[in-house]
Amino acid sequence: MFSFVTRFLVCFGLCLSALSPVHAQQIDAPVQQILQAHGEVIKKSSRRTIGPAIDALAASGLTDAQVVLQRWQDKEMWFDRETGIFVFGMAADGGQLSVFEVAGGAPIGVFDKKQFKQLKPNSGIRGLIASALVQFQLNDPDPDVRETAISSIERDPDVSHLQALRRSIESEIDPALTARKSRLERLLTIRFGSSDAKRIEAIESFDGDLGVDLRAALNPLVSTRIEAAAELPEGALALEVGSDDLSVDAAYDILIAAELAPPRVSSDGLRDTLVANIDNGTVAGIEVASLDADEARFSAYAALAEAGLAQPLVTDATITETLQKFQFYEVFTGAPVSVAQAAQVALDDIETRVALSQTADLALDGLSLASIYFLAAIGLAITFGVMGVINMAHGEFIMMGAYTGYVVQLFVPDYTLSIVVAIPLAFAVTFGAGVAMERLVIRWLYHRPLETLLATFGVSIALQQLAKNIFGTQARPLTAPGWLDGSWVINDIISISYIRIAIFILALLFLALFLFVMNRTRLGLEVRAVTQNPRMAASMGINPDKINMLTFGFGSGIAGIAGVAIGLYAKVTSEMGSDYIVQSFMTVVVGGVGNIWGTLLGATMVGFLQKSIEWMNPSNTLAAQTYMILFIILFIQFRPRGIIALKGRAAEA
Amino acid sequence: MSRKLLAATTALVLTGTLPALADCPVKVGVLHSLSGTMAISETTLKDTMEMLVEQQNEKGGVLGCELEAVVVDPASDWPLFAEKARELLTVHEVDVIFGNWTSVSRKSVLPVLEELNGLLFYPVQYEGEESSKNVFYTGAAPNQQAIPATDYFLEELGVEKFALLGTDYVYPRTTNNILESYLQQKGIPSEDIFVNYTPFGHSDWSKIVADVVALGADGKKVGVISTINGDANVGFYKELAAAGISADDIPVVAFSVGEEELAGLDTSNLVGHLAAWNYFQSAESEANDAWVEAWKARMGEERVTNDPMEAHYIGFNMWVNAATAAGSTEVDAVRAAMYGQEFPNLTGGTAVMLPNHHLAKPVLIGEIQADGQFDIISQTEEVPGDAWTDYLPESAVLKSDWQELGCGMYNVETSTCVQIKSNY
Amino acid sequence: MVDLSLSATRRPLVTRYPSLLIFLGVLALFTVSVTILSEGFGIGVISTSFVKTLGKTLCLCLVALAMDLVWGYCGILSLGHMAFFGIGGYAIGMWLMYARTEIIVRESLAAAPLPPTPQEISDGIAAQIFGVVGASEFPPIWAVAHSLPLQLAAVVLVPGCIALVFGWLAFRSRVTGVYLSILTQAMTLALALYLFQNDSGLRGNNGLSGLQNLPHLDHVSQSTISIVFFWASALALGLGYVLCTWVISGKFGSVIRAIRDDEARVRFLGYSVEAYKLVIFTFTAVLAGIAGALYYPQAGIINPAEIAPIASIYLAVWVAIGGRGRLYGAVIGAAFVSLLSTWFTGGQAPDIDLGFYTVNWVDWWTVLLGLSFVIVTLFAPRGIGGLFDLISERRSPERHGADLGPEPGALQEREADR
Repeated sequence: MFSFVTRFLVCFGLCLSALSPVHAQQIDAPVQQILQAHGEVIKKSSRRTIGPAIDALAASGLTDAQVVLQRWQDKEMWFDRETGIFVFGMAADGGQLSVFEVAGGAPIGVFDKKQFKQLKPNSGIRGLIASALVQFQLNDPDPDVRETAISSIERDPDVSHLQALRRSIESEIDPALTARKSRLERLLTIRFGSSDAKRIEAIESFDGDLGVDLRAALNPLVSTRIEAAAELPEGALALEVGSDDLSVDAAYDILIAAELAPPRVSSDGLRDTLVANIDNGTVAGIEVASLDADEARFSAYAALAEAGLAQPLVTDATITETLQKFQFYEVFTGAPVSVAQAAQVALDDIETRVALSQTADLALDGLSLASIYFLAAIGLAITFGVMGVINMAHGEFIMMGAYTGYVVQLFVPDYTLSIVVAIPLAFAVTFGAGVAMERLVIRWLYHRPLETLLATFGVSIALQQLAKNIFGTQARPLTAPGWLDGSWVINDIISISYIRIAIFILALLFLALFLFVMNRTRLGLEVRAVTQNPRMAASMGINPDKINMLTFGFGSGIAGIAGVAIGLYAKVTSEMGSDYIVQSFMTVVVGGVGNIWGTLLGATMVGFLQKSIEWMNPSNTLAAQTYMILFIILFIQFRPRGIIALKGRAAEA
Repeated sequence: MSRKLLAATTALVLTGTLPALADCPVKVGVLHSLSGTMAISETTLKDTMEMLVEQQNEKGGVLGCELEAVVVDPASDWPLFAEKARELLTVHEVDVIFGNWTSVSRKSVLPVLEELNGLLFYPVQYEGEESSKNVFYTGAAPNQQAIPATDYFLEELGVEKFALLGTDYVYPRTTNNILESYLQQKGIPSEDIFVNYTPFGHSDWSKIVADVVALGADGKKVGVISTINGDANVGFYKELAAAGISADDIPVVAFSVGEEELAGLDTSNLVGHLAAWNYFQSAESEANDAWVEAWKARMGEERVTNDPMEAHYIGFNMWVNAATAAGSTEVDAVRAAMYGQEFPNLTGGTAVMLPNHHLAKPVLIGEIQADGQFDIISQTEEVPGDAWTDYLPESAVLKSDWQELGCGMYNVETSTCVQIKSNY
Repeated sequence: MVDLSLSATRRPLVTRYPSLLIFLGVLALFTVSVTILSEGFGIGVISTSFVKTLGKTLCLCLVALAMDLVWGYCGILSLGHMAFFGIGGYAIGMWLMYARTEIIVRESLAAAPLPPTPQEISDGIAAQIFGVVGASEFPPIWAVAHSLPLQLAAVVLVPGCIALVFGWLAFRSRVTGVYLSILTQAMTLALALYLFQNDSGLRGNNGLSGLQNLPHLDHVSQSTISIVFFWASALALGLGYVLCTWVISGKFGSVIRAIRDDEARVRFLGYSVEAYKLVIFTFTAVLAGIAGALYYPQAGIINPAEIAPIASIYLAVWVAIGGRGRLYGAVIGAAFVSLLSTWFTGGQAPDIDLGFYTVNWVDWWTVLLGLSFVIVTLFAPRGIGGLFDLISERRSPERHGADLGPEPGALQEREADR
């Protein structure tokens, strides 16, 4: 107890002596006073209430205010837990905090972090601060700062920005920023323009544009509300009840909302009314025990209604009758009619082009998915398609490649270099694994395909568990180099990430490589000879054992490289192989075994099919996968040998 | 001296009369998958339990007995959970079980627990709509995670249009159902709520991300509420980053992404996106500093702590206190002593066990930082967990109160207990 | 060989297949001893959870029997039989859930001031069952869930019909060998994915749970119920074994073995290969469905993960390790591997300390299983069942193309010319 008191006293003295000079100086500064005046809301840190504080700072005209706003936004503002004085703080060594004055930014000293509390504005508040900072930033000499200002206007457009923006356009020297500013100015004019003519002019100036920001500006203008009245007001657009735009139920709901018609009686409400009117075991003279069917309850309720104890039931007939008394029409709520109509015209025009772009984007997605499937399946096209070996551990070779990439990144921190190292290394690792598996397992089973399938399953199970034991079950990061970040944007709708483009190119390269090796090299010639007739090939001096081994290794090696690519765009886990194995086999089987073009077609079909099913049912991706597999099963019924079927003797080999 | 003797004699007498005290050591069952798909998440909790049991033994155990952790492996196989729970209760005769992660595994063990009158502490955030006499839910119910996060979106970020993205299983389905209903009550029209479900481990996110971006076309601020589970998050966040979507444009709040999950990601592109939990490792309190330090000392410097670990921390300590208060580890006695148990949580406040077997805990919202940790930007007062949500018509009339009403599914409209056993 | 099978038809089944009698005897002995040792009816040496494990193992043996028939005897490597097994479980699970929930709902509604209408009861049941997945209406798939006979019929009919349609499509277009395996695997995957969806109306990933609690039998303890199910499983396995033996014994059996060995020759002999395959495929699917319907009430929960393709692959693994082309081989394989799996993954197996590394069997069991599978395929195609050949001193003839199993026409060695 005693020691506690001394410690407290010592601390109190120290703190006081350390803070007191600051205390006097700080509190006088005008910016500190503004902050103190709004201290409560600033500490509460809620977007809903913070407005006045930010406005006061922004409107103060103080040079300090801009700095305060900026550092507040950067989470660098703290306040003293005891006195409530605001300071800037930077983390110092040993859990300490370097403290600076808010006015002028002069250093105050280094204190224990626990004395202060950090202000953590959430992104809503940061947006408001950014919005307030716009007026300071729009004419800043630094183009990056000006760009920040433009971005914050784009995020939260406000009527106050329009004038500032217009003023800043003239002095803008950077052509790219001028273009953005002028576009933004027109967008703001659409929203906040002073006269209808100017707004319409701005709308028309966007002819041919389909940006999300433009649609975001136009759509609120054309919002409508359906109203009902006994007489149709002049110029209003009448709606027919029962049409697609207005169902009978929706029309009646509007009347209920406007209190022009009585609400419907729900079955719960009906039951509650009946319960409320139970009297001595009967409701309206009907035994309670007999009310175990809907008809009985309706008649009891009708009896109650007749007796005036309940509001009458709203039947379909009464609804029709009520609706006939009213006219329904649409009114524009977002803008004056002329502006709204101009916006509607512009939107209708945009809509067709948006639909076109969406189709293009979907096609791009389909192409990308197809290239991923092709990449996953190309190794299989060699081992299964050419050699006829069912390798269920193919997926695990993909996984091995991906983990090789992960391990390389552990040792080579540079992402570009690590990928350059990882790709040949992944090939080497999986080539080795493939050769080992061919030597140890597969070559004993060349004429027992079903058993190959089972044995390779065994290998697959073992490899998967091995990966789990070594790397754990959690996904491992395989990070793409910086130049593959981001995406290629054609317009606001059509875009594709660079990593997918890279995968597409890789798939094309592999196709070329495959064709080259198979058709233009000695190895390819020998492979084809061995697969067609091993004994004849052997008698020609080809060593079939060696060729089989190399071919299998080649197919496995390509799977390893595919693994690096797939890991880059998705994830690296021990189960990633099994995600692709069934699809890969489907791709090869659908395309037609033994033909690389077939595999290509198969991948394209599967990829596009899956994307179009997803498009038809956007809320459930799982359903898309289910239906795709069902479709493939059916497809194989009608073309059992795939899209490109081998004919003649080769087909039976 | 004489007092000590007296205490010892009393203890001896008590051991004679109370059978639960007779069998030292007190056995604590740990029912977490150590292999299979859930192993990564659940192994951490197994280690947590072992650490807690060790710490408690250093403090002298419970009721004068050593604690012993009985660890079994249900191998992420849901029927095996039921089998292992039965084994724990009948063969090993444990006094309490700490375990489970997925809802389906919990549903699998419920009938066994209720048949054999076991006691389970379930540490993970879940979809609610359940209350079993034999389970204490120390994780968050929807109103302790999903609803406050949605409020944060509505009020702090001004989101007007919602994309509810989830993995296709029970937790996202039910949570999104509750949220849809809640948002509509808050005046968000149903056409402004976009819902999408993807399979476990989904990796092809380009179209879904494009769909979300397209939602912004009518000029309303879009926010994503993600109940995407596990590995699928990796692809999702990668695609978000590739599409150049910053947290300021379209914020994402996740309910299943914690410190452990972020370890598999490069978070530099995700800074500013959100997660809602009842605990973050970055919470500032002395208890938390000690906890994190003990964990790192035991498991390694690179290991992180997370929300379900805190749930076990609170649950285990409450159980120890309740057993001490009841003077027995017998299930019914401990249960009676659990109600109203208080224990300081790691984020600075106090957790209270409510009669509906849920905790009152604060809700934290954190922004992802570049180092894979969360910056806590919002912390509420303690929110009492609600077994049955108020935002679905069927559940709004239900209430759980095991202390007074002795019923987990009590219909307040008809004043009847729908069922004593839980729904599974 | 031909002579043998012709004369064989005249002798009774038991003398032609001595393994049948031995098997039934062992099964009966096993059932009786488990009953005596159980908690429910005996001295309580075996815990209820272990009785359940044994009962479930018997069901797995039954489905392995079906797998052996379709693969070991007819040469169709189906990777879809665990899907049929799961469908059987779902079919019975729907009734169990419905009936149990109906009792609860009726009881709770009885306290309401108004007597409930049929609609209210149905809504109440739906809210109870589907509340957990955020729905409250019965999907059409539950139309007959209230009726036990109809759901029992579904146990047989649904797998049967799916197998019939799928088999008809596949066999008609002459999809054979590995293509058929991949196709059946795709079917299994499609079914699993379909059931994973909440929209499928079977509670998605959660599946159907609480199946061990039989409606109206709350007062009966699980130790009793577990033994009764154990008996039922043993009975089903016994009957299934007799039935399968009968199927492979006659001319029908000879034809399906011939199809396995050379499909084209059988076709040229004028047999309708497709019809034979279809019958076997459908019959085994039904058998698998029945096994599933007995298995899941013991397991307590069924969900789509049970149907995942890997389960069907494990089924093939059991049969291969036990020994294809002999019925008792399948039973031994299923029992041996699944019990061993339980033992290893249960953490009971002692860890092996190698000094620099500790082999934890929970982690390494799957690796061992996978590798042993490769080894069995490569070096011991007869599986464990091959050991019985040693006991019976049945030596392989010194030529290629000889039978691997004890029964005439069992799986053959490689032909000499290949």
